[in-house]
Amino acid sequence: MAGGSRGPAFWGQLAFTLLVCLMLVSPIVLSLLAGVTQNYFVGIRSGVTLRWVEEVLRTYSGTILLSVQIAFACLACTLLLGVPAAYVLSRHQGRATRLVEELLVMPVAIPGLATALALIITYGGFGDFRRSWLFILVGHVLFTLPFMVRAVLAVMNSVDLATLEEGAASLGAGFVRRFFGVVLPNCMPGILAGSLMVVTLSIGEFNLTWLLHTPLGKTLPVGLADAYASLRIEIGSAYTLIFFVIIIPCLVLMQAVARRGAGSK
Amino acid sequence: MSATAKSDSFRVEPVPVRLEGCSKTFGNGARALEPLDLTIRGGETMVFLGPSGCGKTTTLRLIAGLESPDPGGRVFFGDEDVTRLPIERRNVGMVFQSYALFPNMNVAQNVAYGLRVRSVERRQRDRRVDEMLAMMQMADLAGRRIDQLSGGQRQRVALARALVVRPRVLLLDEPLTALDAKLRDGLRLEIDRLLRGLGITAVYVTHDQGEAMALGDRITVMARGRVAQIGTPQDIYFRPADAFVAEFIGTMNRLPARVDDGILQIGSLQLPWQGPAGTTTVLIRPEDVRLQDDDGVLTGMVSVAVFLGDRTRVVVDVADGSSIIVDAPGRTSVARGDTVRLGFDPARLLSLPDRS
Ligand SMILES: Nc1ncnc2c1ncn2[C@@H]1O[C@H](COP(=O)(O)OP(=O)(O)OP(=O)(O)O)[C@@H](O)[C@H]1O
Ligand SMILES: [Mg+2]
Repeated sequence: MAGGSRGPAFWGQLAFTLLVCLMLVSPIVLSLLAGVTQNYFVGIRSGVTLRWVEEVLRTYSGTILLSVQIAFACLACTLLLGVPAAYVLSRHQGRATRLVEELLVMPVAIPGLATALALIITYGGFGDFRRSWLFILVGHVLFTLPFMVRAVLAVMNSVDLATLEEGAASLGAGFVRRFFGVVLPNCMPGILAGSLMVVTLSIGEFNLTWLLHTPLGKTLPVGLADAYASLRIEIGSAYTLIFFVIIIPCLVLMQAVARRGAGSK
Repeated sequence: MSATAKSDSFRVEPVPVRLEGCSKTFGNGARALEPLDLTIRGGETMVFLGPSGCGKTTTLRLIAGLESPDPGGRVFFGDEDVTRLPIERRNVGMVFQSYALFPNMNVAQNVAYGLRVRSVERRQRDRRVDEMLAMMQMADLAGRRIDQLSGGQRQRVALARALVVRPRVLLLDEPLTALDAKLRDGLRLEIDRLLRGLGITAVYVTHDQGEAMALGDRITVMARGRVAQIGTPQDIYFRPADAFVAEFIGTMNRLPARVDDGILQIGSLQLPWQGPAGTTTVLIRPEDVRLQDDDGVLTGMVSVAVFLGDRTRVVVDVADGSSIIVDAPGRTSVARGDTVRLGFDPARLLSLPDRS
């Protein structure tokens, strides 16, 4: 837009954009407000309180902790599996590896429900495993691993790892030393971006988890759905508030990492 | 200057490198290198020169240990057979066109990397890194990040990093190609001084003949996976082994000639000649052809005259339709359209065995 002559088209567009934003943001704001309202049906006039938040924390702390636990276990698994996988994919460019890269998109394309059902059909018979949180973890790892691999692979393909490694090898460094001293540090932006993505996705994952969970092992989003379905709306809203407090920093960090990665190019 | 004065502590025992029957076939079945026997003497700078895709990098990587030769090929450093040793156990220094410096380390850490790998004790490591950086006139850059360096500085760091571990052989793959022309000349001189000061065996890959002439003790000219000629820069320039080398190095004129009864006839010149009768081609460098007012072997008309300062490059169209390039002294005044006579010393003529 050059200069001050802004036509009606500009203002129309601006108004429309703001309206859409308002439509997207207001339910979230209202929901968050409901979480700190004494009585939702009376409205915010009834007073502001942390009562509901406390109640959620008291009754659902196990669920919240389990979510965080699964997210970090999931992160550990995707790091251990995903970083070496990305390394192999980037160092051995061929028809086979390109096929694998294509396949990496599959779990994202398949609905979570289908993946969950497949898991239950395959492993449902192993009772102890079926009942433990590890069952949910497997689902989450399946779901998030491709994101980790692709984030790391993108960085690996952009830094000419092959030549860096050859340089290190010419100086006498064996494989292990090269991998930890040269490969990993130079892929950090990708690993960081992948990690935040995995944690965020795992904490927020609902589709898969809904089918995989047992009454004793609920994660945060599943508990949230229960709360809305069966308890006071204020409790559900307070729950949402807590969910936001956990997830928003992850999202903000993710943006920051992505920006820094783009800036250093 | 300081490059030679302080280089003594990095001096190494020169090690000869020998390739025996080394060919290389890649996975896709393409033969990149025909069986090659090559000896690089201890302490000499050998330049691999040739057009793109002729196998220079492949040969260098065979020496480095980044590729292994097809079965039967062997690589020796001195008397040691290193064919089976991976690069990390060969103790070679490598300098890449793309620098390959570690972006996660600063200048000093990059230079120290090889010493850390070798578990050189901290104090000695610091001292050697400092000395090396001083020798490369980069002491003030020690703490810089790699992305804060210019291309020329990066390549000097790469050289320092490769040399600080006292490698047996230094391998450089087109180290100056990524730099702009002015920097290239400066760094080439620096590399020249460094290699001579250290007396290290070095292999230098380039497709720039100026670089090859300036740096090489000997040059290996390669074409399509084969060695076309190995020799000193003078050998290669004045006594090319075949038409490919003659045309690839410098500029060469082809003179139309006829042989009859053991007499070679070029224009008005007649020389005793051995070889089959018929038409043949003899070669001569532009600087060996003279423009003269009378006599002369050939007569022609100037079609281009370009003043280059130290010389004037003149293109003369001669009777049979071919053009001859002449490097005349700078003060020559000829213009397009002038008729000139060309003369030369018969001793400067080159003839090549036909290879067709
Ligand atoms: N990894 C590889 N796989 C298959 N073919 C290869 C591989 N590396 C090189 N080649 C082929 O081998 C031949 C020689 O390549 P090489 O890199 O040695 O050439 P070069 O002389 O260094 O050329 P340039 O001046 O372009 O660097 C080329 O035809 C190239 O396509
Ligand atoms: Mg090359």
